[in-house]
Amino acid sequence: MNLHGMKAIYRFEMARTWRTLWQSIVSPVISTSLYFVVFGAAIGSRMQEIDGIAYGAFIVPGLIMLSLLTQSISNASFGIYFPRFTGTIYEVLSAPISTFEIVTGYVGAAATKSVILGLIILATAALFVPLRIEHPLWMLAFLVLTAVTFSLFGFIIGIWAEGFEQLQFVPMLVVTPLTFLGGSFYSIDMLPPLWRTISLFNPVVYLVSGFRWSFFGTADVHIGVSVAMTLVFLALCLAGIAWIFRTGYRLKA
Amino acid sequence: MIPAMTYIIKVANLSKRYASGFQALRHVDLDIREGEIFALLGPNGAGKTTLISTICGIVRPSQGTVTVGGHDITADYRAARGMIGLVPQELTTDSFESVWATVTFSRGLFGKPPDPGLITQILKDLSLFDKKDAKIMTLSGGMKRRVMIAKALSHEPRVLFLDEPTAGVDVELRRDMWQLVGRLRARGATIILTTHYIEEAEEMADRVGVISKGEIILVEDKAVLMAKLGKTQLTIDLQNRIDAVPESLAPFQLRLAEGGGALVYTYDTQAQGTGITVLLQALADAGLRLKDLHTRQSSLEEIFVNLVSDR
Repeated sequence: MNLHGMKAIYRFEMARTWRTLWQSIVSPVISTSLYFVVFGAAIGSRMQEIDGIAYGAFIVPGLIMLSLLTQSISNASFGIYFPRFTGTIYEVLSAPISTFEIVTGYVGAAATKSVILGLIILATAALFVPLRIEHPLWMLAFLVLTAVTFSLFGFIIGIWAEGFEQLQFVPMLVVTPLTFLGGSFYSIDMLPPLWRTISLFNPVVYLVSGFRWSFFGTADVHIGVSVAMTLVFLALCLAGIAWIFRTGYRLKA
Repeated sequence: MIPAMTYIIKVANLSKRYASGFQALRHVDLDIREGEIFALLGPNGAGKTTLISTICGIVRPSQGTVTVGGHDITADYRAARGMIGLVPQELTTDSFESVWATVTFSRGLFGKPPDPGLITQILKDLSLFDKKDAKIMTLSGGMKRRVMIAKALSHEPRVLFLDEPTAGVDVELRRDMWQLVGRLRARGATIILTTHYIEEAEEMADRVGVISKGEIILVEDKAVLMAKLGKTQLTIDLQNRIDAVPESLAPFQLRLAEGGGALVYTYDTQAQGTGITVLLQALADAGLRLKDLHTRQSSLEEIFVNLVSDR
């Protein structure tokens, strides 16, 4: 096991976070705070409670999940795409380091950043709305599991992308709409039956629902289903990465 | 015969066909001796970089085997790659990192624990130490090339690949690099370099390999190669210009040069007789009066051009 190699990649990626603190941490925290101000304080006070939860508090898990998904994908995809773009990937490919160790280094760093960001947003939310967390360990588990899963997904996008436009395509035009339509700002039980059924094909519904359950003990779908769906997506991402390294897709000629 | 143990790299029947269908390497067999400086020469697109990239694990071979220090590059890739340092042709650096950070990263990537003393020494050897905290993007092209060499040396490789190491660098830096290569060899490192500067190979290499259209067409000790394929030219400056080479001198296959003011005689130094004595007598018999004589040995570049153009 090349532990020094894994640590080198992890530290290198984390150093990039601190170097780009505004872009990595401050910017997402500010934009999420604006959501709290608008939806939590301004509009939320006029909304009725959902499942006995004040609207301002209800949207907290969804907003954290929104940042967690987009940042996990962005961090991991940029982390592997940039060395491909500059050509410095040659060093990783010629080093005595396994696929597992490379992915652990890049994805570990991306997930760490996302979890830190999620916790900062949670702390920020607590300044705006009264919060309770009924299942803190499940909350942390969901946070970490989602960050790892979507960092793996981001890693795949970073290898697939052939330009910065493609790099932005999935987080901006796929993940963000899915998160908005995945029950971040409402309970899917509030939707007409047809739209509720359609929503169940949106994987983000299960993530938001499970995460919200860890806060308030109520969920749109059963917690077991949420965990299972997240694990299925994790397995799909792992399979995708295994295929990439086995075939050398867009990495090795 | 040289014992097998002295070969640090063994390439056997190596072929590479890219997905596009382009055959970059064709059944390459090549053995590199431990501790030597091996110059790999070839025109653009000959397969030099593909060969190096395959040995280093960046390109996947279509056929054949490669071992480094006895370790197969696929089955035992950790041991094989751990012995190799690579300085690629392109200036690919982490622009936003400091010199110190990027060299430290390289050492860690190759599985070595931090060693600030060694990194300091490498940076000093490459005249980079006073730039250790500078961001790479602020460095000149020559300095960036040094950073790439420092990264390749950071894990103390036994084999160093230098792919066009002095492309685009000034004369002073080129000389510095040659000295560095000499020092590395003195420490026992094996160095494989590709270059377009034939004088570079001529200056440094122990052996020369020539690759053309994906095939190794020649591997030879440099001195033997120069003696075997090198020609010497005798230029005879004439006191009076002539319009054509006299018929009586036809057997010597002389070439008229400098507008009829000189004759050039090409001969093989390895031959039993150079024919110079007979030629001088024939020149006198033809009534030609000589002003000066000088000889010049063909360079490795001329040998290389002849070899490649013959194919």
